[in-house]
Amino acid sequence: MHVAVHTPIAAPRQRVWDYIVDPDRHREFMEGMTRWEAEGARRTGLGARFAMRMRVASVELGGLLEIVEFDPPCDLAWTSITGLDHRGRWRLRPRDGGCTDVELRVTYYAPGGIMGSIADLVAWPIVRGHLQRSLEALKQRVETRPRPRSTTAVGKRRHATGRRRTAPR
Amino acid sequence: MTSLLPTLDDDFERRDPDFIRQFLPLFWLIASFWFRADVRGLEKIPPTGPVLLVGNHSGGNMTPDTAAFVLAFSAYFGAERPFYQLAHSLVLTMPALWWLRSFGTVVASPKNADKALRKGAALLVYPGGDYEVHRPTAESAKVDFDGRKGFLRIAHRDRVPLVPVVSIGGQETALFLARGQRLAKWLRLDRMFRLKVLPVSLALPWGLNIGDLLGHLPLPAKITIQVLDPIDLRARYGAKPDWTVAYREVVGQMQRTLTRLQAERRLPIVG
Repeated sequence: MHVAVHTPIAAPRQRVWDYIVDPDRHREFMEGMTRWEAEGARRTGLGARFAMRMRVASVELGGLLEIVEFDPPCDLAWTSITGLDHRGRWRLRPRDGGCTDVELRVTYYAPGGIMGSIADLVAWPIVRGHLQRSLEALKQRVETRPRPRSTTAVGKRRHATGRRRTAPR
Repeated sequence: MTSLLPTLDDDFERRDPDFIRQFLPLFWLIASFWFRADVRGLEKIPPTGPVLLVGNHSGGNMTPDTAAFVLAFSAYFGAERPFYQLAHSLVLTMPALWWLRSFGTVVASPKNADKALRKGAALLVYPGGDYEVHRPTAESAKVDFDGRKGFLRIAHRDRVPLVPVVSIGGQETALFLARGQRLAKWLRLDRMFRLKVLPVSLALPWGLNIGDLLGHLPLPAKITIQVLDPIDLRARYGAKPDWTVAYREVVGQMQRTLTRLQAERRLPIVG
């Protein structure tokens, strides 16, 4: 099941990127997310792993995920290692007037054959609601709050090294 | 008279994470939209290693609290994490419940509890067992282990954290009238099947339901489950605990939580 939501944010792309890649800020704007913790020494960038849980109806779903594409300040993609099978992507594109088009995509697959497909369908509006509200929260924070300091350096450093990889998982 | 129950093997290798994953969507649909389950505090469970999860038991033979908790645990920690549940041997002999073995359900015994914990698994036990699960609906907000303290000894002996799991709502899935202890004793069910009760309830689709052996269609009562902080029995009670004190305190803590959960409920079934 594929969910995609997008919104324009009145801020430069780098600033939006800085918010997204900062693990300490993730739970601030991600609706329904009950856990977002770096697993291991790497806290951002390609190969960083996170324990993620998101409440979907009665349970907290998620698992261990890994960042498989990190292209500052354009694309960040992840895939699940354990737990619910899913992939996701932040896609940031510049717009006229210093604005940024932000798109968040998630594709997930529940096991269980027909029951899994029904669960996917039933969960779709819940997941979409979470993602839509997350984007709205991100937009509100980026447009109204001061620029974060600590993560800007991380984002620029990654950008300068030009590290990029697309892992076909 | 000797027990008529067959001797079941305690094969822990029947647990099948792939099978569990295949069933989780069905459990999720039922838990989310029939029971509107709300499971809180899973992050308090140690993320790795052995742990004894101790719950109060509700809902007659349908036990929606168990299904909701197993779903929540497996979704949160992943089906890969070893997780076993102890159940009455009669439950495991029922043909319709063949799938429980694949979920990691094994016969309730101290030996099996030790075995699971020494394997490094999480283990879910309901000390109140059939006695508590069939208590009258009027006692829905009462933790009643019937004085059984074995769970404390197991956690202490195996040096594992004990995590209380308190649930409410299961006893509203039917109108449980009485445990039927005298009836069970008169029929010698204790000796034949290790059953101390023969519950009497009003339940769908049977109306008057005696024994609940075929289960029932549970009413869509809201199930709320609260996980409490881990308890290190050795740190709290020492190497030679006073089991009566430990029992009173642990069960008392669970009772206070259950009373608070009951206070949250505005209406039966609705929650």
